[in-house]
Amino acid sequence: MERPLTQYIHPGCPPFDFKEYEMTGGYSALQKALKSMTPQEVQKLVQDSGLKGRGGAGFNTGMKWSFVPMGEDAPHPKYLIANADEMEPGTFKDRLLLEGNPHQLIEGMILAAYAIQADVSYIFLRWAYKKAAQLLRKSIQEAYAAGVLGKNILGSGFSLEMHLHTGVGRYMCGEETALLNALEGKRATPRAKPPFPQISGLYGKPTIVNNVETLCCVPHIVNNGAEWFKGLSNSEDSGTKLYGVSGKVNNPGCWELPIGVTMRELIEEHALGMKNGYQLKGVLPGGASTDFLTTEHLDVKMDFASVAAAGSRLGTGTMVVMDDATCPVGFVHNLQHFFAQESCGWCTPCREGLPWVEKMLLSLEQGNGTNEELELLQLHTQLLGPGNTFCALAPGAMEPLQSALKYFKEDFEMHVALHKCPYGE
Amino acid sequence: MQQIHTKEITKPEYLTDLERNEIDHEVALVPHKSAAVIEALKIVQHYRGWISDDSVNAIAAYLQMSAAEVDSVATFYNLIFRKPVGRHVILVCDSISCYVMKYGDIYKALQEKLKIRFGETTGDQCFTLLPNCCLGCCDHAPALMIDNDLYKDVTIDMLDRILTKYT
Amino acid sequence: MAKSLKLVVACSLIHDSPFEVIITNDTMSTIYIDNKPFEVKAGKNLLEACLSLGIDLPYFCWHPALGSVGACRQCAVKVFKDENDTRGRLVMSCMESIKDGLHLSVSDTTAKAFRSQVIEWLMTNHPHDCPVCDEGGSCHLQDMTVMTGHDYRRYHYKKRTYTNQYLGPFIHHEMNRCIQCYRCVRYYHDYAGGKDLNVFAAHNHVYFGREQNGVLQSPFSGNLTEVCPTGVFTDKTLREHYTRKWDLTTAPSVCHHCSLGCNTIAGERYGALRCITNRFNSQVNGYFLCDRGRFGYEFVNSDNRITQPLIRNRAVEAVDETVLMDHLRTLITNNTIIGIGSPRASVESNVALMQLVGKENFYQGISDNLGFIEKRIVEVLQTGVVKTASLNDIQQSDAILVLGEDIWNTAPVMALAVRQGVMHTAAEQALQNRALPAWHDAAVRELVQEEKGFLANCTITTSPLDEISTSVVHAAPDELARIGFAITQHLNASLSPVQLGNDAMTKVAAIAAALQRAKRPVIISGTSCYNEALIRAAFDIAAALKATADEVHIAYVLPECNSMGLAMMGASSFENAVLRVSRNTNVTAILLENDIYRNMPAHIADVFFDKCQQCIVLDSLNNPTTQKADVLIPAATFAEADGTLVNNEGRAQRFYQVFIPANKNIQESWKWLLKLQALKNGTGNGQAHHPEDVLTLCEQLMPQFTGIASVAPPHDFRIHGQSLPRAPHRYSGRTAMLSNLAVSEPKPKQDGDSPFTFTMEGFSGMPPSPLIPFFWSPGWNSIQSVNKYQQEPGGALRNEHAGQLLFQYKQEAAPVYFKDMPEAFVARNEKWLLLPQYYIMGSEELSFYTSGVAELSPDVYIAISEKDAEPLGVVNGSLISIKVFEQTYELPVKIEAALQRGVALMPAGLPGIQVMPWNGYVQLVSVKL
Ligand SMILES: Cc1cc2nc3c(=O)[nH]c(=O)nc-3n(C[C@H](O)[C@H](O)[C@H](O)COP(=O)(O)O)c2cc1C
Ligand code: SF4
Ligand code: FES
Repeated sequence: MERPLTQYIHPGCPPFDFKEYEMTGGYSALQKALKSMTPQEVQKLVQDSGLKGRGGAGFNTGMKWSFVPMGEDAPHPKYLIANADEMEPGTFKDRLLLEGNPHQLIEGMILAAYAIQADVSYIFLRWAYKKAAQLLRKSIQEAYAAGVLGKNILGSGFSLEMHLHTGVGRYMCGEETALLNALEGKRATPRAKPPFPQISGLYGKPTIVNNVETLCCVPHIVNNGAEWFKGLSNSEDSGTKLYGVSGKVNNPGCWELPIGVTMRELIEEHALGMKNGYQLKGVLPGGASTDFLTTEHLDVKMDFASVAAAGSRLGTGTMVVMDDATCPVGFVHNLQHFFAQESCGWCTPCREGLPWVEKMLLSLEQGNGTNEELELLQLHTQLLGPGNTFCALAPGAMEPLQSALKYFKEDFEMHVALHKCPYGE
Repeated sequence: MQQIHTKEITKPEYLTDLERNEIDHEVALVPHKSAAVIEALKIVQHYRGWISDDSVNAIAAYLQMSAAEVDSVATFYNLIFRKPVGRHVILVCDSISCYVMKYGDIYKALQEKLKIRFGETTGDQCFTLLPNCCLGCCDHAPALMIDNDLYKDVTIDMLDRILTKYT
Repeated sequence: MAKSLKLVVACSLIHDSPFEVIITNDTMSTIYIDNKPFEVKAGKNLLEACLSLGIDLPYFCWHPALGSVGACRQCAVKVFKDENDTRGRLVMSCMESIKDGLHLSVSDTTAKAFRSQVIEWLMTNHPHDCPVCDEGGSCHLQDMTVMTGHDYRRYHYKKRTYTNQYLGPFIHHEMNRCIQCYRCVRYYHDYAGGKDLNVFAAHNHVYFGREQNGVLQSPFSGNLTEVCPTGVFTDKTLREHYTRKWDLTTAPSVCHHCSLGCNTIAGERYGALRCITNRFNSQVNGYFLCDRGRFGYEFVNSDNRITQPLIRNRAVEAVDETVLMDHLRTLITNNTIIGIGSPRASVESNVALMQLVGKENFYQGISDNLGFIEKRIVEVLQTGVVKTASLNDIQQSDAILVLGEDIWNTAPVMALAVRQGVMHTAAEQALQNRALPAWHDAAVRELVQEEKGFLANCTITTSPLDEISTSVVHAAPDELARIGFAITQHLNASLSPVQLGNDAMTKVAAIAAALQRAKRPVIISGTSCYNEALIRAAFDIAAALKATADEVHIAYVLPECNSMGLAMMGASSFENAVLRVSRNTNVTAILLENDIYRNMPAHIADVFFDKCQQCIVLDSLNNPTTQKADVLIPAATFAEADGTLVNNEGRAQRFYQVFIPANKNIQESWKWLLKLQALKNGTGNGQAHHPEDVLTLCEQLMPQFTGIASVAPPHDFRIHGQSLPRAPHRYSGRTAMLSNLAVSEPKPKQDGDSPFTFTMEGFSGMPPSPLIPFFWSPGWNSIQSVNKYQQEPGGALRNEHAGQLLFQYKQEAAPVYFKDMPEAFVARNEKWLLLPQYYIMGSEELSFYTSGVAELSPDVYIAISEKDAEPLGVVNGSLISIKVFEQTYELPVKIEAALQRGVALMPAGLPGIQVMPWNGYVQLVSVKL
């Protein structure tokens, strides 16, 4: 089983420096692309490889790049941004890549930048990733020193600057347009789309924002080709995926696996099953803003289409397991508290709706809930749906709520009936 | 575009040479000064622990912005502190995996040990206790962070040992 | 059918998929609203389309002047892929472009439910304080709540509360009422460029205000009261004597506090003027006023009002109208009478005075200096070589040059228009070849970033406009004029070159190049530097640009609300009146609403009053001139009067009486003067005349005023035989108002001079535009009802009559250049060129009676350049003595880096300080302590 993204990552050991990375085949993709491929060819290759964004949207990466204006008349500077904000609760996959192999990301970024002919690139890193920041800073320096960043990279005529930007804490910063505002030194409220960042992004210039994992795939695709990348998976989608499991399992962690492994494999083989005395009750398959799946879905393949067919989203691929001793109402309340806090305050449904939802859930948890409020919660899951709010934060927030109301309905009703939480304190 | 009264603005000398140099470096990387405001806030907070009104005014003057523009940005972000904090900031992850793994117990223990709740600072100005969104180590929940140090798989027993490092 | 430009854009957000955006330009499209076809203008958004069709669709964050951002989610409608699509999807109408053939539904149940839900969300934190809220009855939030049908709140948790801020003397802050529509910041910060109001914090704790308590610094802060859809920012002056909108008696008015003639609505109750709000006029002020115009009205209610006719040496009680008239009969029949006109009195009053005393005996009540400059402006505009610029023309302009005028302080709303011109041009440039509609405010700002359209601001010293200027010049007026002439020379090489320093030459070349590239350049100058060369220089530039531009406009700023009207009368200056009274001993002067001591140095004014045999003064407030009166006649203020003003561009506009003062002594000056005319002629009582009769007379006497009589419909104008009510139909308590005096309702007061009644009776539809006393439409009680009066949101009013332009543009008129240029300015030894510094708050006579205006006015100082400070041995704050007309003042020094050497500035127009020899040389001596 190939693990291109993590083969050289050994938790506990320091990551490769430039030399080590190069010795194990690093930056050969960059050499290859700069010497023998046009930017459009790189775009095409990545598009053909079927690589889909790993940040949650699952949009074809090469296709996304193809919307960037190219050629003589294209506005400049163009920007490439690695989204390393990773603040989705339950998500800890990019950290592994950032701390485990920073040069892989840098190479992926240079390749992506070359493909769209970007002039400047940023890594937007969340504040809490102190170790990653330190490693990235060092690696960027090495890359400059080795001539793979800066002017006229490897004599190709292509130039690229790279900066590390650390955020100051807001989940919204991960949303790509809010991220752009944050980079511009503004409040991280999202921007309306259209215009899309590919056309008018950072400082009004064409910009691509990609997730860390997405970018880390690129060097391998360039090196080994589209067919190879497709062959890595055991499903419709291409490549491998970083999957994670957290919660009361025996071996929580993060692993690179062929995209399309089943949930059962993940939980039972990799996470080694539930801790003693706990039963699996529900799973958020790809972070806090995905719908619950339950035991009936254990054989669902963890790829974009299959998870969607099961009624949820692959999201970030890092699942949170809810056990039978955890109250679903409290669980969802915790999530809604997070989303209400992290709403930027720009649009009404999100700003006013989420705190209301949070309050109703708390009141329910404390035994003061009513049936009318259960209906109101249900109503909110529709009202805060996609398109009704300005960005995807609130719709994301509603996913676990709506599915909890579906799968764990009795739990909610018990709270009303008993006027207390049946799970105890 | 403002007029009527010109009020006394915080003097640029308020910022130290070190701070100014670092801000200058960030300014050089962006198309216009105001785009470096978040960086400037981070720099000043790095040296002073928090962002006071005077710091807001000084940054505003230095970046040719108004205090309101700076504060609008400063108050938006979680980790820009507009109130004084203790010498060490304890961030307890309160997000979902840590919830499942009972961060609540850790918080309760911290509350008892430090005699403060979220948002408060110990009397000796040593610790400020804050809740924080997912720290990105859900596989090692519950987690907390003190200054730059991340603590994983935290148990109540570990707390004393952890805290003594900072006292 | 529409021509459309197709552009495919993709997207990547979680729930999005690639889709297309279609932008159409300037054509009509057919869209289907609830299955009915409508022709709408392409290039707009669905909200604008619905509103222009008269469909009531609620909204908050959108504002016609601010564009769309899609934040509040109030304007949701359903759109359908095609006629077979029955599911459709919810969209925000303000964010959707019109596409030909588009199907949408406003009445769709899901869309309706969602809109009412948005209100319920907003209400989770909004207080239940309508009965005590200042906004109640003119609240956009109330209107929208009713419109969506939301009535029962299911939220029963604690509401969040905020601490309010002190924001200065004009604006009251009540943050708990905020519905987070962001309109305040978008207006104050983005639109008006104010820096000290913003949004703080995040999620449902966002806070709108200042970074700390303090006076709002923007002189356009008052517009917040109209921009905010609820009662967060309200008019503090109104609070002092609060009245609900529905209990106000209102009339269309015109601002009297500068020469721009912004349209206002003035509201009265119980004989006191309560508030001024904006009256939309697409050509003049649009949606916004400055704070002087909005809050400067308190002089009408001042204790200093003249309420009683007075005759010197007679007991006050002894004088009533009959006694007064008897006394005046002898005065005006036995003596030679001369008239002193006024730049702040209406055309009617000035004309009535001119007619009474005879053309040759009528003098402008302003100095030779100023009169000469104003005469030049009139001449220049009368040539018709270039068009005069409306404020709208300035907003639409793509390159602006300000030459010598501190418009920020002398014509504030013009500065606001200049800012829009600059922003608008930048947006236009950024949008070129982009599939992005101009109404998409946030996206346009992202694209534009810090780019600005071209503005060259050439003034004596710094101005808040500098920061949005491409090119800034600070120099003495003569230098600025020379720069102007040099620009013309660049535009027309046949003119002889001008010698300037290298630095100036570079700027000149850049300015000339930018103007030459422009399609719609505007040149702005004015009288405030007392420098006539500037007027000529500005004209020459504009004339030269005729060769390259599609349209050139020129704008001159004048000192007062009817300065232009008075200047057009072509009378001679006050100095000539002084000569006249010095030569003829037997002269009785009639002074019309003019404090001579504000226009003339005291010693000249004193001579005049010494030499006059008798002085008859008409005015509304006591001032140094009224002290000199032998006969004092109480004149009505604008709120108690009908009249016409000619603004700086030559636009005549009518203002209407808001109320009849209880005190019968107070009458319009023109009425008093017509009475005197009748006395003099010995015929009738002079009361058969209406404003339009005086204006017809004006046209007869002075052909340059041709057209002014049609400025507004005549007094007997009726719609369906009905007068127009000044009070809304929901006016309450009329019968109760005077019940402390008598139980029977008195007969309402009659107005013979205008088509208005003083009550709510009369025509209840939409009056033609100069006759709109208030904006109201069923379901639309707030000022947002303006939409209903417009052809399209933000566009001209239906049947708009935006005033009568008195200067005719002549396309064929060839420019004749002035050429003659002043010498270069050289600093003199121990003498300084003294120039006025104007202040929005403080420099104008009448607005000073509003306590907030006085509070915000500056203290007196003398400003000199840095380079002059050292030789004089002074620093900021040290005292300098300045000797003017035999009087010595000691003033604190303010050092201004931008000032040229040899120039000194003093605040102008502050009460208690006599007129300075502006544009003359004075000696400054450091006061050694
Ligand atoms: C509220 C919100 C938070 C997000 N946070 C992240 C994040 O932390 N990291 C990330 O890569 N994408 C995040 N996304 C998705 C990004 O908007 C964007 O789709 C992604 O970075 C695109 O990269 P990809 O095409 O490589 O997946 C977030 C989206 C939303 C709506
Ligand atoms: S204060 Fe008024 S204008 Fe500003 S956001 Fe609140 S409701 Fe809107
Ligand atoms: S008016 Fe359309 S979203 Fe606010």
